[in-house]
Amino acid sequence: MHISEGVLSPSILLGGAVVTLIGLAIGLKNLKEDKLPEVAILSSTFFVASLIHIPIGPSSAHLILNGLVGILLGWVAFLAIFLGLLLQAILFQFGGITTLGINTLNMAFPSVIMWYFFKNFVSKINNIIFIFIVGFLSGFLSVIFSAILVSLSLYFTQKSFFALIITLMSIHIPIAIIEGLITGFILVYLKKVKPEVLL
Amino acid sequence: MHLEVFAEGNSFLHKLDPRIKILVLLLFAIFCAISQNLLIPFIYLLLSIFLVWLAKLHFKTLLNRIIGANFFIFFIWIFIPISYQKNPYIDLGIIKLSWEGVKYALSITLKCNAIILATIALLATSSIFSIAHAMSHLKVPDKLVMIFFLFYRYISVIHEEYIKIKRAVLARGFKSGTNLHTYKTYAYIVGALLIKSFQRSTEIYRAMLARGFNGIFPLYEHFELKKIDFLFGIILSIIVILIYFL
Repeated sequence: MHISEGVLSPSILLGGAVVTLIGLAIGLKNLKEDKLPEVAILSSTFFVASLIHIPIGPSSAHLILNGLVGILLGWVAFLAIFLGLLLQAILFQFGGITTLGINTLNMAFPSVIMWYFFKNFVSKINNIIFIFIVGFLSGFLSVIFSAILVSLSLYFTQKSFFALIITLMSIHIPIAIIEGLITGFILVYLKKVKPEVLL
Repeated sequence: MHLEVFAEGNSFLHKLDPRIKILVLLLFAIFCAISQNLLIPFIYLLLSIFLVWLAKLHFKTLLNRIIGANFFIFFIWIFIPISYQKNPYIDLGIIKLSWEGVKYALSITLKCNAIILATIALLATSSIFSIAHAMSHLKVPDKLVMIFFLFYRYISVIHEEYIKIKRAVLARGFKSGTNLHTYKTYAYIVGALLIKSFQRSTEIYRAMLARGFNGIFPLYEHFELKKIDFLFGIILSIIVILIYFL
Protein backbone atom coordinates (compact mmCIF):
# COMPACT_ATOMS: atom_id res chain seq x y z
CA MET A 1 0.00 0.00 0.00
CA HIS A 2 1.49 3.34 -0.95
CA ILE A 3 0.51 6.37 1.03
CA SER A 4 -0.40 9.26 -1.26
CA GLU A 5 0.96 12.76 -1.32
CA GLY A 6 -0.40 15.28 1.14
CA VAL A 7 -1.61 12.80 3.76
CA LEU A 8 1.23 12.45 6.24
CA SER A 9 2.62 15.04 8.61
CA PRO A 10 5.93 16.75 7.74
CA SER A 11 7.78 15.09 10.63
CA ILE A 12 6.80 11.59 9.46
CA LEU A 13 7.78 12.45 5.88
CA LEU A 14 11.13 13.81 7.03
CA GLY A 15 11.82 10.88 9.35
CA GLY A 16 11.00 8.39 6.58
CA ALA A 17 13.24 10.22 4.13
CA VAL A 18 16.18 10.25 6.56
CA VAL A 19 15.94 6.54 7.41
CA THR A 20 15.53 5.64 3.74
CA LEU A 21 18.63 7.67 2.86
CA ILE A 22 20.57 5.70 5.46
CA GLY A 23 19.17 2.42 4.08
CA LEU A 24 20.11 3.45 0.54
CA ALA A 25 23.61 4.37 1.66
CA ILE A 26 24.08 0.98 3.35
CA GLY A 27 22.66 -0.73 0.26
CA LEU A 28 25.04 1.15 -2.06
CA LYS A 29 27.99 0.40 0.18
CA ASN A 30 27.16 -3.33 0.23
CA LEU A 31 26.80 -3.42 -3.54
CA LYS A 32 29.86 -4.45 -5.52
CA GLU A 33 30.32 -3.22 -9.05
CA ASP A 34 29.97 -6.63 -10.68
CA LYS A 35 26.54 -7.01 -9.07
CA LEU A 36 25.11 -3.78 -10.57
CA PRO A 37 23.44 -5.41 -13.60
CA GLU A 38 22.06 -8.24 -11.48
CA VAL A 39 20.45 -5.88 -8.99
CA ALA A 40 19.06 -3.72 -11.79
CA ILE A 41 17.53 -6.62 -13.72
CA LEU A 42 16.13 -8.21 -10.55
CA SER A 43 14.55 -4.85 -9.74
CA SER A 44 12.98 -4.81 -13.20
CA THR A 45 11.64 -8.32 -12.58
CA PHE A 46 10.14 -7.32 -9.25
CA PHE A 47 8.61 -4.28 -10.93
CA VAL A 48 6.99 -6.49 -13.58
CA ALA A 49 5.87 -8.94 -10.85
CA SER A 50 4.19 -6.08 -9.02
CA LEU A 51 2.05 -5.52 -12.12
CA ILE A 52 0.69 -9.08 -11.93
CA HIS A 53 -2.74 -9.28 -10.39
CA ILE A 54 -3.57 -12.36 -8.36
CA PRO A 55 -7.23 -13.25 -7.81
CA ILE A 56 -8.51 -13.28 -4.22
CA GLY A 57 -12.18 -14.22 -4.14
CA PRO A 58 -14.14 -11.65 -6.16
CA SER A 59 -11.31 -9.12 -6.07
CA SER A 60 -7.61 -9.18 -6.90
CA ALA A 61 -4.37 -7.87 -5.47
CA HIS A 62 -1.05 -7.13 -7.05
CA LEU A 63 2.06 -8.92 -5.89
CA ILE A 64 4.39 -7.10 -3.48
CA LEU A 65 7.07 -9.74 -2.88
CA ASN A 66 9.07 -7.56 -0.50
CA GLY A 67 9.93 -10.64 1.57
CA LEU A 68 11.51 -12.29 -1.47
CA VAL A 69 13.29 -9.06 -2.43
CA GLY A 70 14.82 -9.06 1.04
CA ILE A 71 15.93 -12.69 0.90
CA LEU A 72 17.55 -12.23 -2.51
CA LEU A 73 19.06 -8.77 -1.99
CA GLY A 74 19.51 -8.02 1.74
CA TRP A 75 20.15 -4.32 2.38
CA VAL A 76 20.21 -3.73 -1.38
CA ALA A 77 16.42 -4.25 -1.17
CA PHE A 78 16.29 -0.56 -0.26
CA LEU A 79 17.66 0.29 -3.72
CA ALA A 80 15.30 -2.02 -5.60
CA ILE A 81 12.23 -0.82 -3.74
CA PHE A 82 13.23 2.84 -3.87
CA LEU A 83 13.70 2.71 -7.65
CA GLY A 84 10.44 0.83 -8.14
CA LEU A 85 8.53 3.41 -6.13
CA LEU A 86 10.33 6.30 -7.83
CA LEU A 87 9.33 4.94 -11.21
CA GLN A 88 5.73 4.41 -10.10
CA ALA A 89 5.60 7.98 -8.83
CA ILE A 90 6.88 9.36 -12.14
CA LEU A 91 4.95 7.08 -14.49
CA PHE A 92 1.72 6.25 -12.70
CA GLN A 93 1.56 8.80 -9.85
CA PHE A 94 1.10 6.01 -7.30
CA GLY A 95 2.63 6.98 -4.00
CA GLY A 96 4.51 10.16 -4.68
CA ILE A 97 7.64 12.25 -4.49
CA THR A 98 7.34 13.57 -0.93
CA THR A 99 6.20 10.15 0.33
CA LEU A 100 9.02 8.31 -1.44
CA GLY A 101 11.10 8.14 1.74
CA ILE A 102 8.45 6.83 4.10
CA ASN A 103 6.94 4.45 1.50
CA THR A 104 10.37 2.97 0.77
CA LEU A 105 11.03 2.58 4.47
CA ASN A 106 7.67 0.91 5.10
CA MET A 107 8.31 -1.71 2.42
CA ALA A 108 12.08 -2.16 2.47
CA PHE A 109 12.65 -2.30 6.21
CA PRO A 110 10.60 -5.54 6.56
CA SER A 111 12.59 -6.93 3.60
CA VAL A 112 15.86 -6.37 5.42
CA ILE A 113 14.43 -7.93 8.60
CA MET A 114 13.37 -11.00 6.59
CA TRP A 115 16.92 -11.24 5.27
CA TYR A 116 18.32 -11.33 8.80
CA PHE A 117 15.65 -13.83 9.93
CA PHE A 118 15.63 -16.31 7.07
CA LYS A 119 18.63 -15.91 4.77
CA ASN A 120 20.67 -18.55 6.58
CA PHE A 121 17.83 -21.05 6.58
CA VAL A 122 17.15 -20.52 2.89
CA SER A 123 20.74 -21.09 1.84
CA LYS A 124 21.36 -24.10 4.11
CA ILE A 125 18.11 -26.08 4.16
CA ASN A 126 17.42 -28.40 1.25
CA ASN A 127 14.18 -29.95 2.45
CA ILE A 128 11.45 -28.66 0.13
CA ILE A 129 8.77 -28.52 2.82
CA PHE A 130 10.97 -26.47 5.15
CA ILE A 131 11.86 -24.13 2.30
CA PHE A 132 8.17 -23.64 1.58
CA ILE A 133 7.48 -22.85 5.24
CA VAL A 134 10.35 -20.36 5.43
CA GLY A 135 9.14 -18.76 2.18
CA PHE A 136 5.59 -18.57 3.49
CA LEU A 137 6.74 -16.93 6.70
CA SER A 138 8.93 -14.39 4.94
CA GLY A 139 6.16 -13.43 2.50
CA PHE A 140 3.48 -13.35 5.18
CA LEU A 141 5.47 -11.53 7.87
CA SER A 142 6.95 -8.91 5.55
CA VAL A 143 3.50 -7.86 4.32
CA ILE A 144 2.08 -7.77 7.86
CA PHE A 145 5.11 -5.84 9.05
CA SER A 146 4.73 -3.37 6.18
CA ALA A 147 1.05 -2.92 6.97
CA ILE A 148 1.95 -2.21 10.60
CA LEU A 149 4.51 0.40 9.54
CA VAL A 150 1.98 2.04 7.20
CA SER A 151 -0.54 2.05 10.06
CA LEU A 152 1.97 3.63 12.43
CA SER A 153 2.84 6.35 9.92
CA LEU A 154 -0.86 7.14 9.58
CA TYR A 155 -1.55 6.93 13.30
CA PHE A 156 1.27 9.30 14.26
CA THR A 157 0.02 11.78 11.69
CA GLN A 158 -3.58 11.83 12.85
CA LYS A 159 -5.20 9.77 15.61
CA SER A 160 -8.54 9.88 13.75
CA PHE A 161 -7.11 7.56 11.10
CA PHE A 162 -7.85 4.69 13.48
CA ALA A 163 -10.89 3.25 11.62
CA LEU A 164 -8.99 3.53 8.35
CA ILE A 165 -6.02 1.72 9.91
CA ILE A 166 -8.18 -1.17 11.15
CA THR A 167 -9.64 -1.56 7.65
CA LEU A 168 -6.19 -1.43 6.05
CA MET A 169 -4.86 -4.06 8.41
CA SER A 170 -7.78 -6.40 7.81
CA ILE A 171 -7.43 -6.04 4.03
CA HIS A 172 -3.77 -6.96 4.34
CA ILE A 173 -4.33 -10.26 6.16
CA PRO A 174 -5.62 -12.16 3.09
CA ILE A 175 -2.99 -10.39 0.96
CA ALA A 176 -0.28 -11.52 3.37
CA ILE A 177 -1.48 -15.14 3.20
CA ILE A 178 -1.40 -15.11 -0.61
CA GLU A 179 2.01 -13.42 -0.59
CA GLY A 180 3.19 -16.12 1.80
CA LEU A 181 1.95 -18.95 -0.42
CA ILE A 182 3.44 -17.42 -3.55
CA THR A 183 6.78 -16.59 -1.92
CA GLY A 184 6.89 -20.17 -0.58
CA PHE A 185 6.28 -21.65 -4.04
CA ILE A 186 8.83 -19.30 -5.63
CA LEU A 187 11.52 -20.37 -3.17
CA VAL A 188 10.69 -24.03 -3.79
CA TYR A 189 10.96 -23.42 -7.54
CA LEU A 190 14.28 -21.59 -7.22
CA LYS A 191 15.64 -24.30 -4.93
CA LYS A 192 14.69 -27.02 -7.41
CA VAL A 193 15.78 -25.28 -10.60
CA LYS A 194 18.72 -23.07 -9.68
CA PRO A 195 19.65 -23.44 -6.01
CA GLU A 196 22.85 -21.36 -6.37
CA VAL A 197 20.83 -18.12 -6.56
CA LEU A 198 19.74 -18.68 -2.96
CA LEU A 199 23.27 -19.04 -1.60
CA MET B 1 4.82 -1.76 -22.84
CA HIS B 2 3.87 1.85 -23.31
CA LEU B 3 4.88 3.56 -20.08
CA GLU B 4 5.92 7.13 -20.75
CA VAL B 5 2.50 8.30 -21.89
CA PHE B 6 3.01 11.95 -21.04
CA ALA B 7 6.61 12.24 -22.22
CA GLU B 8 5.66 12.55 -25.88
CA GLY B 9 4.79 16.11 -26.63
CA ASN B 10 6.16 19.30 -27.91
CA SER B 11 5.04 21.85 -25.36
CA PHE B 12 7.12 24.44 -23.55
CA LEU B 13 7.37 22.16 -20.52
CA HIS B 14 8.51 19.17 -22.59
CA LYS B 15 11.46 21.19 -23.88
CA LEU B 16 12.64 22.54 -20.52
CA ASP B 17 15.82 21.27 -18.94
CA PRO B 18 14.91 18.26 -16.75
CA ARG B 19 17.34 19.39 -14.04
CA ILE B 20 15.37 22.60 -13.54
CA LYS B 21 12.10 20.68 -13.63
CA ILE B 22 13.25 18.22 -10.95
CA LEU B 23 14.43 20.99 -8.63
CA VAL B 24 11.27 23.06 -9.08
CA LEU B 25 9.07 20.01 -8.54
CA LEU B 26 10.90 19.09 -5.32
CA LEU B 27 10.38 22.63 -4.03
CA PHE B 28 6.72 22.58 -5.04
CA ALA B 29 6.06 19.15 -3.52
CA ILE B 30 7.74 19.95 -0.21
CA PHE B 31 6.06 23.32 0.30
CA CYS B 32 2.70 21.95 -0.78
CA ALA B 33 3.00 18.90 1.49
CA ILE B 34 3.74 20.99 4.57
CA SER B 35 1.10 23.66 3.84
CA GLN B 36 -1.98 23.80 6.03
CA ASN B 37 -5.68 24.72 5.95
CA LEU B 38 -7.56 25.00 2.69
CA LEU B 39 -6.62 28.24 0.97
CA ILE B 40 -2.91 27.62 0.39
CA PRO B 41 -3.31 24.04 -0.91
CA PHE B 42 -6.07 25.37 -3.17
CA ILE B 43 -3.75 27.99 -4.67
CA TYR B 44 -1.11 25.30 -5.18
CA LEU B 45 -3.75 23.24 -6.98
CA LEU B 46 -4.53 26.20 -9.26
CA LEU B 47 -0.82 26.62 -9.99
CA SER B 48 -0.46 22.92 -10.82
CA ILE B 49 -3.52 23.06 -13.10
CA PHE B 50 -1.86 25.95 -14.89
CA LEU B 51 1.32 23.87 -15.29
CA VAL B 52 -0.62 20.92 -16.68
CA TRP B 53 -2.35 23.30 -19.08
CA LEU B 54 1.07 24.52 -20.21
CA ALA B 55 2.11 20.93 -20.91
CA LYS B 56 -0.87 20.42 -23.29
CA LEU B 57 -1.51 16.79 -22.35
CA HIS B 58 -4.18 14.46 -23.60
CA PHE B 59 -7.18 15.23 -21.39
CA LYS B 60 -8.76 11.79 -21.16
CA THR B 61 -5.50 10.04 -20.28
CA LEU B 62 -4.85 12.72 -17.70
CA LEU B 63 -8.28 12.30 -16.14
CA ASN B 64 -7.90 8.50 -15.93
CA ARG B 65 -4.55 8.95 -14.30
CA ILE B 66 -5.88 11.37 -11.69
CA ILE B 67 -8.81 9.11 -10.82
CA GLY B 68 -6.43 6.17 -10.36
CA ALA B 69 -4.09 8.17 -8.17
CA ASN B 70 -6.96 9.25 -5.91
CA PHE B 71 -7.68 5.72 -4.75
CA PHE B 72 -6.13 6.32 -1.33
CA ILE B 73 -7.93 9.66 -1.00
CA PHE B 74 -11.19 7.83 -1.60
CA PHE B 75 -10.52 5.74 1.53
CA ILE B 76 -9.82 8.86 3.52
CA TRP B 77 -13.16 10.37 2.50
CA ILE B 78 -14.96 7.22 3.67
CA PHE B 79 -13.41 7.22 7.12
CA ILE B 80 -12.25 10.64 8.21
CA PRO B 81 -15.49 12.68 8.21
CA ILE B 82 -17.13 10.01 10.39
CA SER B 83 -14.30 9.29 12.76
CA TYR B 84 -12.64 12.67 13.23
CA GLN B 85 -12.75 13.52 16.90
CA LYS B 86 -13.62 17.17 16.79
CA ASN B 87 -16.79 19.20 16.92
CA PRO B 88 -18.89 20.72 15.49
CA TYR B 89 -20.85 17.89 13.94
CA ILE B 90 -23.15 17.96 10.98
CA ASP B 91 -26.09 15.77 11.91
CA LEU B 92 -27.34 13.61 9.06
CA GLY B 93 -29.78 11.43 10.97
CA ILE B 94 -27.97 8.11 11.36
CA ILE B 95 -24.39 9.37 11.09
CA LYS B 96 -22.72 12.46 12.38
CA LEU B 97 -20.11 14.10 10.22
CA SER B 98 -17.38 16.15 11.78
CA TRP B 99 -17.04 19.47 10.00
CA GLU B 100 -13.37 19.60 10.97
CA GLY B 101 -12.98 16.10 9.50
CA VAL B 102 -14.49 17.17 6.19
CA LYS B 103 -12.13 20.14 6.11
CA TYR B 104 -9.18 17.88 6.89
CA ALA B 105 -10.09 15.40 4.14
CA LEU B 106 -10.58 18.28 1.70
CA SER B 107 -7.18 19.71 2.56
CA ILE B 108 -5.53 16.32 1.93
CA THR B 109 -7.38 15.98 -1.37
CA LEU B 110 -6.26 19.42 -2.54
CA LYS B 111 -2.63 18.84 -1.57
CA CYS B 112 -2.50 15.36 -3.06
CA ASN B 113 -3.93 16.43 -6.39
CA ALA B 114 -1.79 19.57 -6.56
CA ILE B 115 1.38 17.50 -6.17
CA ILE B 116 0.15 14.79 -8.56
CA LEU B 117 -0.63 17.35 -11.27
CA ALA B 118 2.70 19.10 -10.75
CA THR B 119 4.48 15.74 -10.99
CA ILE B 120 2.70 15.00 -14.26
CA ALA B 121 3.47 18.45 -15.65
CA LEU B 122 7.11 18.59 -14.57
CA LEU B 123 8.42 15.02 -14.34
CA ALA B 124 6.21 12.90 -16.57
CA THR B 125 6.90 15.28 -19.47
CA SER B 126 10.53 14.12 -19.58
CA SER B 127 11.65 10.67 -20.67
CA ILE B 128 12.90 8.43 -17.87
CA PHE B 129 16.34 8.38 -19.45
CA SER B 130 16.66 12.13 -19.40
CA ILE B 131 15.46 12.17 -15.77
CA ALA B 132 18.11 9.59 -14.86
CA HIS B 133 20.64 11.67 -16.76
CA ALA B 134 19.55 14.78 -14.87
CA MET B 135 19.80 12.85 -11.59
CA SER B 136 23.45 12.14 -12.28
CA HIS B 137 24.04 15.86 -12.92
CA LEU B 138 22.28 16.60 -9.63
CA LYS B 139 24.90 14.55 -7.76
CA VAL B 140 22.82 11.42 -7.17
CA PRO B 141 25.41 8.60 -6.65
CA ASP B 142 26.61 7.08 -9.94
CA LYS B 143 25.82 3.52 -8.90
CA LEU B 144 22.20 4.41 -8.17
CA VAL B 145 21.77 6.22 -11.49
CA MET B 146 23.34 3.32 -13.36
CA ILE B 147 21.01 0.82 -11.73
CA PHE B 148 18.09 3.14 -12.56
CA PHE B 149 19.13 3.21 -16.24
CA LEU B 150 19.39 -0.57 -16.50
CA PHE B 151 16.33 -1.15 -14.32
CA TYR B 152 14.13 0.95 -16.57
CA ARG B 153 15.70 -0.33 -19.76
CA TYR B 154 14.92 -3.97 -18.89
CA ILE B 155 11.37 -3.58 -17.58
CA SER B 156 9.87 -3.83 -21.05
CA VAL B 157 12.15 -6.79 -21.90
CA ILE B 158 11.12 -8.70 -18.77
CA HIS B 159 7.50 -7.75 -19.33
CA GLU B 160 7.63 -9.23 -22.81
CA GLU B 161 9.10 -12.35 -21.28
CA TYR B 162 6.17 -12.44 -18.86
CA ILE B 163 3.63 -12.02 -21.66
CA LYS B 164 5.22 -14.95 -23.50
CA ILE B 165 5.08 -17.27 -20.49
CA LYS B 166 1.54 -16.15 -19.70
CA ARG B 167 0.49 -16.91 -23.27
CA ALA B 168 2.04 -20.38 -23.05
CA VAL B 169 0.23 -21.00 -19.76
CA LEU B 170 -3.10 -19.85 -21.19
CA ALA B 171 -2.59 -22.01 -24.29
CA ARG B 172 -2.41 -25.00 -21.95
CA GLY B 173 -5.86 -24.18 -20.59
CA PHE B 174 -4.93 -22.31 -17.40
CA LYS B 175 -7.83 -20.48 -15.74
CA SER B 176 -7.04 -18.24 -12.82
CA GLY B 177 -9.18 -18.40 -9.70
CA THR B 178 -8.90 -18.39 -5.93
CA ASN B 179 -7.11 -21.70 -5.52
CA LEU B 180 -3.72 -23.13 -4.72
CA HIS B 181 -3.11 -24.18 -8.30
CA THR B 182 -3.41 -20.56 -9.49
CA TYR B 183 -1.01 -19.31 -6.84
CA LYS B 184 1.46 -22.06 -7.63
CA THR B 185 1.27 -21.24 -11.34
CA TYR B 186 1.89 -17.54 -10.78
CA ALA B 187 4.72 -18.34 -8.38
CA TYR B 188 6.40 -20.56 -10.97
CA ILE B 189 5.96 -17.86 -13.60
CA VAL B 190 7.72 -15.35 -11.34
CA GLY B 191 10.34 -17.97 -10.49
CA ALA B 192 11.01 -18.56 -14.18
CA LEU B 193 11.28 -14.81 -14.75
CA LEU B 194 13.78 -14.54 -11.91
CA ILE B 195 15.98 -17.30 -13.28
CA LYS B 196 15.92 -15.78 -16.74
CA SER B 197 16.84 -12.45 -15.15
CA PHE B 198 19.84 -13.91 -13.35
CA GLN B 199 21.08 -15.39 -16.62
CA ARG B 200 20.38 -12.20 -18.55
CA SER B 201 22.20 -10.06 -16.03
CA THR B 202 25.32 -12.22 -16.35
CA GLU B 203 25.17 -11.77 -20.11
CA ILE B 204 24.69 -8.03 -19.76
CA TYR B 205 27.63 -7.72 -17.41
CA ARG B 206 29.84 -9.68 -19.80
CA ALA B 207 28.74 -7.46 -22.67
CA MET B 208 29.51 -4.38 -20.59
CA LEU B 209 32.97 -5.71 -19.72
CA ALA B 210 33.58 -6.54 -23.37
CA ARG B 211 32.88 -2.90 -24.18
CA GLY B 212 35.39 -1.71 -21.61
CA PHE B 213 33.13 -1.03 -18.63
CA ASN B 214 35.20 0.34 -15.77
CA GLY B 215 32.55 1.41 -13.30
CA ILE B 216 31.58 4.62 -15.03
CA PHE B 217 28.57 5.03 -17.25
CA PRO B 218 29.60 7.63 -19.82
CA LEU B 219 27.07 10.27 -20.81
CA TYR B 220 27.22 11.18 -24.45
CA GLU B 221 24.55 13.82 -24.42
CA HIS B 222 24.79 16.94 -22.32
CA PHE B 223 22.18 19.36 -21.20
CA GLU B 224 22.48 22.99 -22.00
CA LEU B 225 20.96 25.50 -19.61
CA LYS B 226 19.25 28.20 -21.62
CA LYS B 227 18.05 31.57 -20.37
CA ILE B 228 14.45 30.42 -20.56
CA ASP B 229 15.23 27.44 -18.28
CA PHE B 230 16.79 29.73 -15.69
CA LEU B 231 13.95 32.20 -15.90
CA PHE B 232 11.30 29.51 -15.55
CA GLY B 233 13.10 27.94 -12.59
CA ILE B 234 13.54 31.19 -10.71
CA ILE B 235 10.06 32.59 -11.35
CA LEU B 236 8.27 29.36 -10.45
CA SER B 237 10.38 28.88 -7.32
CA ILE B 238 9.56 32.41 -6.16
CA ILE B 239 5.85 31.83 -6.80
CA VAL B 240 5.91 28.53 -4.89
CA ILE B 241 7.60 30.12 -1.87
CA LEU B 242 5.38 33.22 -1.94
CA ILE B 243 2.21 31.11 -1.94
CA TYR B 244 3.41 29.31 1.16
CA PHE B 245 3.92 32.52 3.10
CA LEU B 246 0.64 34.03 1.88
